[in-house]
Amino acid sequence: MGLVIKNGRLIDPANGVDGRKDLYIDDNGFVIGVGKAPPGFKAKQTIDARGKVVCPGLVDLRARLREPGLEHMATIESEVHAAVAAGITTLCCPPDTYPVIDTPAMAQMIQSRAWRFELAFIHPLGALTQGLEGKRLTDMEALDEAGCVGFTNALAPITDTLVMRRAMEYAATLELTVFLHAEDPWLRDGGCVHEGEIGTRLGLAGIPEAAETVGVARDLALIEQTGCRAHFCNLSSGRAVAMIAEAKRQGLPVSADVTAHHLHLTEHDIGDFNTQCHVHPPLRGMRDRKGLRKALKSGVISAICSDHQPHEPDAKLAPFAQSGPGISALETLLPLTLRLVDDKLLTLPEAIALLTHKPAEIIGVDTGQLGVGATADVCIFDPEAHWVLTENSLVSRGHNTPFLGWEFRGRVTHTLIGGKLVFEL
Amino acid sequence: MTQNLQFDDAGRLRHLLTIEGLSRRSILEILDTAESFISVGQREIKKIPLLRGRTVVNLFFESSTRTRTTFEIAAKRLSADVINLNVGASSTSKGETLLDTIRNLEAMHTDLFVVRHAESGAAHMIARHVPSHVHIINAGDGRHAHPTQGLLDAFTIRRHKGAFEKLKVAIVGDILHSRVARSQIQALKALGVAELRVVAPKTLLPMAVEKLGVHPYTRMEEGLDGVDVVMMLRLQRERMQGALIPSEQEYFNLYGLTPAKLALAAKDAIVMHPGPMNRGLEIDSAVADGPQSVILPQVTYGIAVRMAVMALIMGGSAEPAGGRR
Repeated sequence: MGLVIKNGRLIDPANGVDGRKDLYIDDNGFVIGVGKAPPGFKAKQTIDARGKVVCPGLVDLRARLREPGLEHMATIESEVHAAVAAGITTLCCPPDTYPVIDTPAMAQMIQSRAWRFELAFIHPLGALTQGLEGKRLTDMEALDEAGCVGFTNALAPITDTLVMRRAMEYAATLELTVFLHAEDPWLRDGGCVHEGEIGTRLGLAGIPEAAETVGVARDLALIEQTGCRAHFCNLSSGRAVAMIAEAKRQGLPVSADVTAHHLHLTEHDIGDFNTQCHVHPPLRGMRDRKGLRKALKSGVISAICSDHQPHEPDAKLAPFAQSGPGISALETLLPLTLRLVDDKLLTLPEAIALLTHKPAEIIGVDTGQLGVGATADVCIFDPEAHWVLTENSLVSRGHNTPFLGWEFRGRVTHTLIGGKLVFEL
Repeated sequence: MTQNLQFDDAGRLRHLLTIEGLSRRSILEILDTAESFISVGQREIKKIPLLRGRTVVNLFFESSTRTRTTFEIAAKRLSADVINLNVGASSTSKGETLLDTIRNLEAMHTDLFVVRHAESGAAHMIARHVPSHVHIINAGDGRHAHPTQGLLDAFTIRRHKGAFEKLKVAIVGDILHSRVARSQIQALKALGVAELRVVAPKTLLPMAVEKLGVHPYTRMEEGLDGVDVVMMLRLQRERMQGALIPSEQEYFNLYGLTPAKLALAAKDAIVMHPGPMNRGLEIDSAVADGPQSVILPQVTYGIAVRMAVMALIMGGSAEPAGGRR
């Protein structure tokens, strides 16, 4: 009794699997056989995945669901539906909700809200400082117990270097991972685009590359001193990833991610004030995009995330600097990553690894792989399906994306959570 | 995208948002049209019926005296009905969005909005969301563009110096924050000046400024050497606070246009300034009021140039006589 996914190309990079193998799942939602039916297995349900790729459900390290506090933009309910439609089965939610996730009660509330829908799992990231104010540490042990998979001050800078040092020391004491948005707030100033050609042409205040490299340099010095395990979020410049590469060579316990849009867009996509390209950190130059792609290939960057930020339509109907930053990005995470395969940057298994077990390792959860005994969170996609992203095709409440009208190859057809089919195209 | 937004399907100018994307021919058409309007201001009855019955709203989200007044006079000389609205911060503090403000005024059957806003891209955003019979003229958006200023400066240069191809031009001052400088650069590049320089301390030069097609200079003496046109920019006094320049005195010493510095330019060089001037900060009174200054003619020409832009946008023709009645 159980479920079998037949005839698909099973790609499970964590277990070195890439081939035509059937996947057997029991009634409890666990994988009980790969390629070969376990003795006595009888399928109650069969999914024919002929011509399709079967892989672990995607793990997205950063998605803002806007709940609690900003429900006019989106809700946990609306966004977990969007997630499973995009093959994403595990999400990390940053703590900059209203109120902030700085208490165990908040962390549990978000998880229990998500569990009610039995769709994607939400792992909260706890606040590194109370109220994200950059002053007093949070009860990290209690937050860890309550399910937080990492600690971050999100986009709120910790300007006091001593507080940052203490936060890292304390996190290191408890062997917790700190998620860093490295940026020097003074150099950022009021900037809203990359300080470069396009900002100069459009007269938009720029954020220099140095805002990121100065932030990374400071944080790396503190990581070296404290021994804290750290994950750099959302790197945007080629120079910053080169610094991370050097730190990794020296053996520092660091990892890094990048958003799918930074791998495809540059400042030039802003054109004439396209507010859909208003993101933070900003889209930078061609050289930076190249640097990010290179770091992805070499393994310096080990995860691609959506950095999903749904907005209500009015948020983008404003002059550029006043428009809300961010992209509704869950549903373009896999398609944009598959484009990197088409661009010959990555192999398909490499691309899938960057969306599954590698991000799962960063947050220390055992999803993102489909070995025997694993929870059957599965994404099935048709790698040859051509489709165009339109407002109607978006499930997310947020329709703010610069990718409307883009043609993609590869589309999710089925998503399973714990062996249960929760999405079918 | 700029081209699509500024021109209608027939390729006629529908909005004026920026000079970027305008061809040399379209710019010359505007300048030639302006030339034909100069005489209107010199008559006893300073009015022609070109835009009679049309409604122009001067929508200023940022205060301005000179620009608003010259737009108002320009519209009135074309016989349009003009309403001035200084929205300031009050409307946004009431929670009304920029688009709501526009939509309300649009419902009153406005034909043309002259918009000034403190945010770069505001005019583009509005132009994208108004129906096709409504026209937008950007009267200055943030640091981005002030196209009619760029055009009137080009007009002034042509009147006083003739052909653009032989001219060396220097723009001096706060290039970083200046919408005027961006529009001047785009106009003069399109018109094909021989050499275009920008002169400022590094703190007031934008990153990658050379991508705009200009040669940056940080020393005024070198930047002014042999130029035919000196275009000064206004320096906002609040720049002192942002650690961009140390003091008014040091700025004046290094970048203020004095008779001694002007002597480095060509003997018959002209001096321009978009106003309002800070005498003793960016320009010495002896220069501002001196024989080489064309600062007041700039204001006069500004009316003719704005008449030309309004006439072309709403009349759809280069010839004032052929405009819609």
